[in-house]
Amino acid sequence: MKIAVLIKEVPDTGADRTLNQHTGLADRAASEAVLDEIGERTLEVALKILDSQPETHITVLSMGPETIQATLRKALAMGAAGAIHVSDEQLLGADLMLTAQVLAAALRRDQYDLILTGNMSTDGSAGMLPVMLAELLSLPAATSLSQITITDGVLQGTRELEGATAQVSTPLPAIASITEALPDARFPNFKGIMAAKKKPIEVLSLADLDVEALPADTARSIMLTVNQRPAREAGTIMTDDGQAATALVEFLAKNNLV
Amino acid sequence: MTTFAPDSILVFLETTLGGEPAKSTAELLGAAAGIGTPVAVIAAEAEHLEALAAHAAQAGAHSVLSAQVDSVVLTAPLADVLQQAYELVQPQAVLLAHSLTSREVAARFAVRHKLALSVDALGVQRDEQGVIASHSIYGGAFATTSAPTFGAPVITVRVGSIEERAQAQELALRALDVAAGDSAEITVQDVSSVQADSARPELRTATKVVSGGRGLGSAEQFELVYQLADALEAGVGASRAAVDAGFIEHAAQVGQTGVAVSPQLYVALGISGAIQHKAGMQTAKTIVAINKDSDAPIFEIADFGIVGDVFKIVPRVISALEARKAQ
Ligand SMILES: Cc1cc2nc3c(=O)[nH]c(=O)nc-3n(C[C@H](O)[C@H](O)[C@H](O)COP(=O)(O)OP(=O)(O)OC[C@H]3O[C@@H](n4cnc5c(N)ncnc54)[C@H](O)[C@@H]3O)c2cc1C
Ligand SMILES: Nc1ncnc2c1ncn2[C@@H]1O[C@H](COP(=O)(O)O)[C@@H](O)[C@H]1O
Repeated sequence: MKIAVLIKEVPDTGADRTLNQHTGLADRAASEAVLDEIGERTLEVALKILDSQPETHITVLSMGPETIQATLRKALAMGAAGAIHVSDEQLLGADLMLTAQVLAAALRRDQYDLILTGNMSTDGSAGMLPVMLAELLSLPAATSLSQITITDGVLQGTRELEGATAQVSTPLPAIASITEALPDARFPNFKGIMAAKKKPIEVLSLADLDVEALPADTARSIMLTVNQRPAREAGTIMTDDGQAATALVEFLAKNNLV
Repeated sequence: MTTFAPDSILVFLETTLGGEPAKSTAELLGAAAGIGTPVAVIAAEAEHLEALAAHAAQAGAHSVLSAQVDSVVLTAPLADVLQQAYELVQPQAVLLAHSLTSREVAARFAVRHKLALSVDALGVQRDEQGVIASHSIYGGAFATTSAPTFGAPVITVRVGSIEERAQAQELALRALDVAAGDSAEITVQDVSSVQADSARPELRTATKVVSGGRGLGSAEQFELVYQLADALEAGVGASRAAVDAGFIEHAAQVGQTGVAVSPQLYVALGISGAIQHKAGMQTAKTIVAINKDSDAPIFEIADFGIVGDVFKIVPRVISALEARKAQ
């Protein structure tokens, strides 16, 4: 079975993230770029399949800046067989549609049985890419899965809906997106790290993929303005002396909150 | 043949699994009324369509287009309905909720029509050139606006972010006959609803929220969070640590990878205030925190903070609130 795992590099959510006020792009110098946490979990899903089905072939795919290569190398060390990195200056500030078109073009170059993604990225919070790929590639998409199993060419999973869960299934080939309920990734071992040095990272440009950044028939979403919000300031902080509860209720009453 | 106003804004209204209008209905129509003439699209099981259409008109839809679908879970058939409505109405913008179902409908539809997507908007405005969406990026640290290079934007709006409401309209209903599309879809075998207690306000749209963290210690002790929430008539949220520990279901998670809320009042109990938690609540109007660690980062953004033990303080707060109510 051939699996593609889509991972994304994002500004670290554990630090203050900054947008450049002129370009509206993520300020890469100000905040460290890391692999989106959901991406590690997505890779782990594929690695678990590889554990039980050794003939599985995993390719990690990412569109993003140079720095993602270290992460792709780590994915190879964990057990992925190959990596594809789409990198092009024209992709700076790419919107969802362009990202989807690029990733779809990269996926069309091979026949994958399963395309795995995270349910939502922490920088864009779109939660849309998996179904956009489903439309572009004419594949079924089982999204927002908190459980996933693959047997005899059929994917089964538990889909987390708002206020409900659904048992869903689809024959492969298919796309699946997973939630953070699934476990975090394993660490690469020494043997894996050595083996990864010999594995390929294919780098592709827009020209290689035959995708145009600004085709005449496709609207793009552009950022018009960017403003930094003033930071919040601390108010009254008191240590509990037995009276704090009363003081809190008075504070709420004064602010018309009770 | 009905004609549609040139400034029509097409609003896709989501239906719950039980056939009720989704909570986002009134705010989406409110947002649409602020920038044009709201036209609603409803896709649901046949038996619910009439009541849903009446509700949409009541909430401000000038006309309602409805179509029957077998299930409201799969998003490709819902996108088929939106697509047909779009072709009929030729609107200046398409609005949907940024919920699991609606954002997938938006994404599928935008791909099919090659329209620009603006996601997770907190508001919509209009300038000379068209409709603009405003967003809050990186957990509220930045405010941005976005617009399409051309064409109608497809905008998903964060649930609970719009206060405007539209005026009720007479019902003008038109049934669409949408043939089953040819999109590849999954099969849904079984849907089981997670028992939601309807008495309590829903987290996303609640004007007050009480959240509990790891500091609550156990699922039994997390009960204290519900008690304070009920005393304040608030919705209930949680940190990821509390969700991971199994104190409460994942749907209650507030933060970067959970729900983003902007209530009038947010009360954080036993929550340290990690940056990923703050990303989901720091735009609340008033923040109250109770934590026994005076160095907890949550105090940096709290309007009112108490350094102390939640198990001692919260019961006293509840009695003081009850005493106040009894007056
Ligand atoms: C990519 C990513 C995404 C994430 N997304 C989210 C998210 O969406 N939401 C989220 O919340 N977190 C998220 N996190 C996790 C986040 O970093 C923190 O780990 C989490 O918020 C901590 O939860 P907590 O404050 O309940 O626990 P802790 O940090 O352990 O804090 C518990 C607090 O309780 C206090 N306490 C203990 N006992 C008492 C008592 N008796 N009375 C009063 N106070 C007491 C302690 O002093 C402490 O401050 C994410 C992390 C990553 C890496
Ligand atoms: N630039 C990218 N490169 C590779 N995968 C991506 C990229 N952007 C998004 N994805 C995938 O799509 C998922 C959902 O992202 P989003 O729709 O942006 O919230 C992510 O978890 C990734 O698996």
